[in-house]
Amino acid sequence: MFQNFNLDFIIFGIMPYVALTVLVIGSIARYETEPFTWKSSSSQLLRRKQLIWGSILFHVGIIIVFFGHLIGLFTPIWVLDSLGVPYWLKQWMAVLIGGPAGIVALIGSTMLLHRRLTDPRIRVTSSFADILIMVLIWLQLVIGLFTITQTLQHMDGGKMVLFMEWSQSVVTWNVNAWVNVVDVHWLYKLHIFLGLIITILFPFTRLVHMISGFAAPFRYLLTRPGYQIVRSRRSGDAGPASSPGE
Amino acid sequence: MKIRAQIGMVLNLDKCIGCHTCSVTCKNVWTSRDGVEYAWFNNVETKPGIGYPKDWENQARWKGGWERTKAGKLQPKQGGKWRILSNIFGNPDLPEIDDYYEPFDFDYDHLKSAPEMAAFPTARPRSRISGERMEKIEHGPNWEEILGGEFSKRSQDYNFDGIQKDIYGEYENTFMMYLPRLCEHCLNPACVASCPSGAIYKREEDGIVLIDQEKCRGWRMCVSGCPYKKIYYNWESGKSEKCTLCYPRIESGNPTVCSETCVGRIRYLGVMLYDADKIEQAANAPDTTDLYDAQLDVFLDPNDPVVIETARADGIPEDWIRAAQHSPIWKMAMEWKVAFPLHPEYRTLPMVWYIPPLSPIQNAAEAGKIGHDGQMPDVRSLRIPVRYLANLLTAGDEAPVVQALERMSAMRAYMRAKTVDGVRDEAIAARVGLSGRVIDEMYKIMALADYEDRFVIPTTHREQVEDAYDLRGGCGFTDGNGCSSGISGGSLFGGKRKALKMPEAM
Repeated sequence: MFQNFNLDFIIFGIMPYVALTVLVIGSIARYETEPFTWKSSSSQLLRRKQLIWGSILFHVGIIIVFFGHLIGLFTPIWVLDSLGVPYWLKQWMAVLIGGPAGIVALIGSTMLLHRRLTDPRIRVTSSFADILIMVLIWLQLVIGLFTITQTLQHMDGGKMVLFMEWSQSVVTWNVNAWVNVVDVHWLYKLHIFLGLIITILFPFTRLVHMISGFAAPFRYLLTRPGYQIVRSRRSGDAGPASSPGE
Repeated sequence: MKIRAQIGMVLNLDKCIGCHTCSVTCKNVWTSRDGVEYAWFNNVETKPGIGYPKDWENQARWKGGWERTKAGKLQPKQGGKWRILSNIFGNPDLPEIDDYYEPFDFDYDHLKSAPEMAAFPTARPRSRISGERMEKIEHGPNWEEILGGEFSKRSQDYNFDGIQKDIYGEYENTFMMYLPRLCEHCLNPACVASCPSGAIYKREEDGIVLIDQEKCRGWRMCVSGCPYKKIYYNWESGKSEKCTLCYPRIESGNPTVCSETCVGRIRYLGVMLYDADKIEQAANAPDTTDLYDAQLDVFLDPNDPVVIETARADGIPEDWIRAAQHSPIWKMAMEWKVAFPLHPEYRTLPMVWYIPPLSPIQNAAEAGKIGHDGQMPDVRSLRIPVRYLANLLTAGDEAPVVQALERMSAMRAYMRAKTVDGVRDEAIAARVGLSGRVIDEMYKIMALADYEDRFVIPTTHREQVEDAYDLRGGCGFTDGNGCSSGISGGSLFGGKRKALKMPEAM
């Protein structure tokens, strides 16, 4: 059976489904069974130095990059067509917004990684997963920025549309989508592979705080009139009254 | 009118001997764990001093508590909701652990395992965070104990505001007092307001402010939001923690550990009824000196028939109303006006109140020359400047503090006359606006301070809201995740970090 073995099929055909399944089921399982472990794991208390700038640069950059990928890859192509956005223009937007944001995120993550590895307090209180995910994200940013050098050689948007089709085919259950990305440069392939790895690791690392972070503004601004919170046992909004966490 | 009940506390600083029994018993019960070695839910500071964490009272620096904006709106001093959210990646107002102190332990083992050497073996300090050798311990939870350190540093104390402080650096004029501190379980808590996750809440039944450990995400805005710096970030678990007012004890009618173990019997616990609808208005009083009076207005007289009726309608249990009527807190704060909130200018409406300490007469050698108001010394000639106490307790308004000190002083004079001379001197009582009968009661509660008088705590009424049958086999208090300890060894979702390598034998 192994004569049909094809690495591209495994990574771009199978792995996305594995990654998304692990992401969704793993996150739900963690949120439901181990809510106490769901946290941002901030280390600011232990060392302020390099954190404020590093963290702000990294987060602002990575959030732009994250939503850039999300919107860029998953906007249906017919939407672009009906809006009359030429592919080359969208690709230029991706390069001009994503590029600088990626550089900002890289600067921030370099500061954070340096701090994590060299500061004795932070080093000794870091788990293996903390360091691993930091290194992977740093690598992913570097690779992502290097793909721009390839992208700049074909600014007609053709390759970009290939990636869009692939992403959208994955979520629309078109299992043959992987053939789309067989012929692209290996930097793109590595970038996708690493992205899928990070997706798989998501539920098992501190990355889960992303969900809380995106939810926080809605919780804080929209669903909470005023500032104060009072819980009452009588009105039943205390959750389970026996909840030991109260 | 929306009536709620709150367990309040009063600390009689006149009797605090600074023994730290409260801090130590609290530590043993609540914070003898990894990640909170540096945290003291209860600590005792020597004043004047910058305290723990360093300079905590200086809100120009730490941005804790609330502020009244120019438009007359009340918002957290560290900023409104948008601003708090925008600081989520890096909180500019968060203290570093060195502002508390780097927790340390000593190489005790070396004392017995060291080989024979020319010099005596010593136990040198080691960081509890990194395990590294600490050449010098720079700070501790009680660094200024009994006026330790130079006056130039201690006198950075925020409470010296408006005082010519230089003379208090001189040996003859020096003064000191103790200030035990814990969470204030505020009526208008700034920590609750600062939490983007909504993990911190005030309990309706007893006013205790708690952090839901399963909802806390470690955004650490509460730490900077609390002006008393009584929320601590656990660097091991990544969650914030705070004083729980020993709620498992309070619920069963027992005093908190710090109160139970206080050898000076300075702590009082009791119920206060308050009008929840008045909180925002009271916290938003235009002048900071109005805040003490504004908070008094929030409290409701538990003997007023209208209040009793409304309290019943609002679901306050009968024994809680009765407890409110016998509350030592009500008597000291409202009837005798000898107890005051700590730093009302933070606009949090704190619920742990303090009776200011009397102190010896300044410059006793010239005692004949200084003002004697009849049989009582003028409280303005006491060693601790009234302004200092006022800065601590009434946002700088001296009149209420003077009255309280005079009443305490009158209590002494009255009781001296009564027990030594056998005379009930109503004139002394009348001069401070009291009667002999009231002073007798003050004496019983403040000086004798029997257990039953200090702690009037009704039990909670869980039977009304939950089915105890469902609680069989429960495991009582844990840090989270039901019966799990919160950190499970082999968990996929973040195991415990490897144990800190502490020193081996040399």
